[in-house]
Amino acid sequence: MLGWELPPHNSGGLGIACYQLCKALSKNDIDLEFIVPYQADHDIDFMRVTAAKPQGLFSAAAIASPYESAEYQLSVGGGEWLDIHQQQQLYEAAVTRLAEEKEFDIVHAHDWLTFRAALRVKERRNCPIVLHVHSVESDRAGSRHGNPLVHEIEATALQLADRVIAVSQHTKRAIMRDYDIPADKIEVVHNSIEAADITPLDSNNAYRYLELMKQLGYKVVVNIGRLTIQKGLPNLLRAAQLVVQKQPKTLFLIVGSGEQYYELIELAADLGIGQNVLFADFQRGKQWRDAFGIGDLFVMPSVSEPFGLTPLESIGYGTPTLISKQSGVSEVLQNCLKVDYWDVQEMANQIHAVLTNQDLSETLRVNGSREYARLSWDSASDKIMKIYGDHLTGAAA
Amino acid sequence: MSKAIVLYLHVHQPYRVRHYTVFDTAVQHDYFDAPFDGQTSNERILKKVAEKSYLPTNARLLQLLKNHPEFKVSLSITGTVLEQLERWAPEALQSFRELCATGRVEIVAETYHHSLAFFYSRPEFEMQVAMHRQKVEELFGQTPKVFRNTELAYNNQLAQWADQAGYKGILAEGWDPVLEWRSPNYVYQPTGTENIKLLMKNYKLSDDIAFRFGNHDWAEWPLTADKFSHWLSEDHEASNFNLFMDYETFGEHQWQESGIFGFLEQLPIEWLKTEGHTFMTVSETIDSFESKGEIDIPQTVTWADTERDLSAWLGNAMQTGAITALYAMEDAMLASHNLALIDDWRRLQTSDHFYYMCTKWFNDGDIHAYFSPYDTPYEAYINFINAFRDLEYRLLTEKVEA
Repeated sequence: MLGWELPPHNSGGLGIACYQLCKALSKNDIDLEFIVPYQADHDIDFMRVTAAKPQGLFSAAAIASPYESAEYQLSVGGGEWLDIHQQQQLYEAAVTRLAEEKEFDIVHAHDWLTFRAALRVKERRNCPIVLHVHSVESDRAGSRHGNPLVHEIEATALQLADRVIAVSQHTKRAIMRDYDIPADKIEVVHNSIEAADITPLDSNNAYRYLELMKQLGYKVVVNIGRLTIQKGLPNLLRAAQLVVQKQPKTLFLIVGSGEQYYELIELAADLGIGQNVLFADFQRGKQWRDAFGIGDLFVMPSVSEPFGLTPLESIGYGTPTLISKQSGVSEVLQNCLKVDYWDVQEMANQIHAVLTNQDLSETLRVNGSREYARLSWDSASDKIMKIYGDHLTGAAA
Repeated sequence: MSKAIVLYLHVHQPYRVRHYTVFDTAVQHDYFDAPFDGQTSNERILKKVAEKSYLPTNARLLQLLKNHPEFKVSLSITGTVLEQLERWAPEALQSFRELCATGRVEIVAETYHHSLAFFYSRPEFEMQVAMHRQKVEELFGQTPKVFRNTELAYNNQLAQWADQAGYKGILAEGWDPVLEWRSPNYVYQPTGTENIKLLMKNYKLSDDIAFRFGNHDWAEWPLTADKFSHWLSEDHEASNFNLFMDYETFGEHQWQESGIFGFLEQLPIEWLKTEGHTFMTVSETIDSFESKGEIDIPQTVTWADTERDLSAWLGNAMQTGAITALYAMEDAMLASHNLALIDDWRRLQTSDHFYYMCTKWFNDGDIHAYFSPYDTPYEAYINFINAFRDLEYRLLTEKVEA
């Protein structure tokens, strides 16, 4: 298994998805080794986690966001900076060397940063490679045009892959559209969530100010995610303006960081809702969990979301959700509100409806929790075991 | 002793609420006027159903009435569908009038707005029943004598009300836990009543036609009129087979391609082949047979779902909250004397609105198990509640010359 991150060293949903998937897979008769590009401690007992250490570099102290395809730099060792492509090449070289001393039947690689390494191993060892697509370049870029280098890596790797796994129909369609991969080569395996792995909230919410404002009759709308073009935050702010006009006692909590950070702060001010929008920056742990907990509604307005785990996490914390129809999670989640990301007025309509109707938010919460309790990674793991089986039988013959 | 098929068809269309947002509330009051090509366009849906179901079915029913003097049918037609037929499909309305003109088609009483008013407001319920009676008298020249409540929602109290109101009969679901060892194929009397009789739907036979007819996986598929008549003949003791179903079974729920119209045409021919077999309207059935005993239904029973209760309409907080708020407006609404406003309020009472908000199938992932013009029950609720708020707004702001 080749991947870029695992919790707690993850920057987003990719690491969590890889962790949960491997955990479910490990219940089968399978020997998993997960190779990450950095040296760190992981509290993981169901598989071996190996650092692909490039020669001459001792450690990568922090890792890059695997989603950001441009303008990203990493600090390594004595303060040398590498961009994401150099980093990816180091990983490729290290994995290739590691592969020479290891025994394995199949390579399963997650997202473009690991695809070249997977190709290199296939070239050397002639083993089947399964490429798992958690997002494609056009998703990350928020449009059809992304970074041409990344596009090329994805195009080549997906062509040469033995099998491609997409995290949603939405992503499968994108792969077919952007890379002309035939439909029957791509298997959709939806991400999921394990209720048991969610850390419960404690009784003291970290957002003290918002707690007070709620006592004064304010309602809180939350978004948690990277502030990038893919996530569609400007539309949420435009909808927020409409909601605040109808319902001045509404606050919007935006948790996350990213290239749109300052632009969004300015936009909120320009829209005249600077007082109603709180930017809380990137958060982990309690502050991250409590943001779900403080919300009356969680909104994920993404322009293009291959899957989107946060709505499921939100429901796990008892907060109803409004998600864009342009998301993979909308293919599996029923008890939530759904809106086209561009339909600002409808987004405002639905936000307003939840904030002003106890019956609606209660029904969403009760039914959402019931649906959430049935979710698990087991069906994803079953599908993937079957894919492995298909290719291993072929290899043995 | 004669043996009768009692065919009773229920005709109904609601006024669906269009995509109506909080930005429409207090600005535009046209809740029921979706654009023609919209999902919730009442005009488009009515015209489609008229073409696929009402017109072809009525043509066949009329032919059957002409060909077979014994053939009879009972219909209930809601006020909301009658209004829409008058407006958008007058030729279909005319075809219903032609059926009634034969004198062998009985119209059954119900609430004008296909509402659950009985469970929330007796005066409002009685008003809607009276409105319906008036509309039926006006259009079809007959006064209904047998009552059916919306969704066949029935209990002893309803039967007692109908008895007091002078109806000779009332309809209910022939649900096994209620019937126990008894058969639905007889006439009964409801507990606590003096004169009224009860006809109970034979849901197994009715659903063979209404739900299973076109299902190729059903062991009895294809269902022929010959086979169906034979099943009925096997019950030697029975007096009346109560086949109650949505009228839209013919041509809409079961498409023309399923052969449903051929079945309808053949059924009287096959059934009437045997001496003593006939068809009866609901009134005639009640006049012809003695009650076989008393039926006690204290709890409300409907003709819907495996539960046969009101949970499809009143099963979650959105549904109960919305309907309670709607009836809480009653006094203020009537006191307003604003007829257009009251009319809109009554249109929102139609049970379909609450059905669209049902989440119980949605939870099971079986989201195609029910008919709804909305993508989700939540969307249905948001449209409804925004329209409801507009009613509140109008109630506070519109002044009517006394």
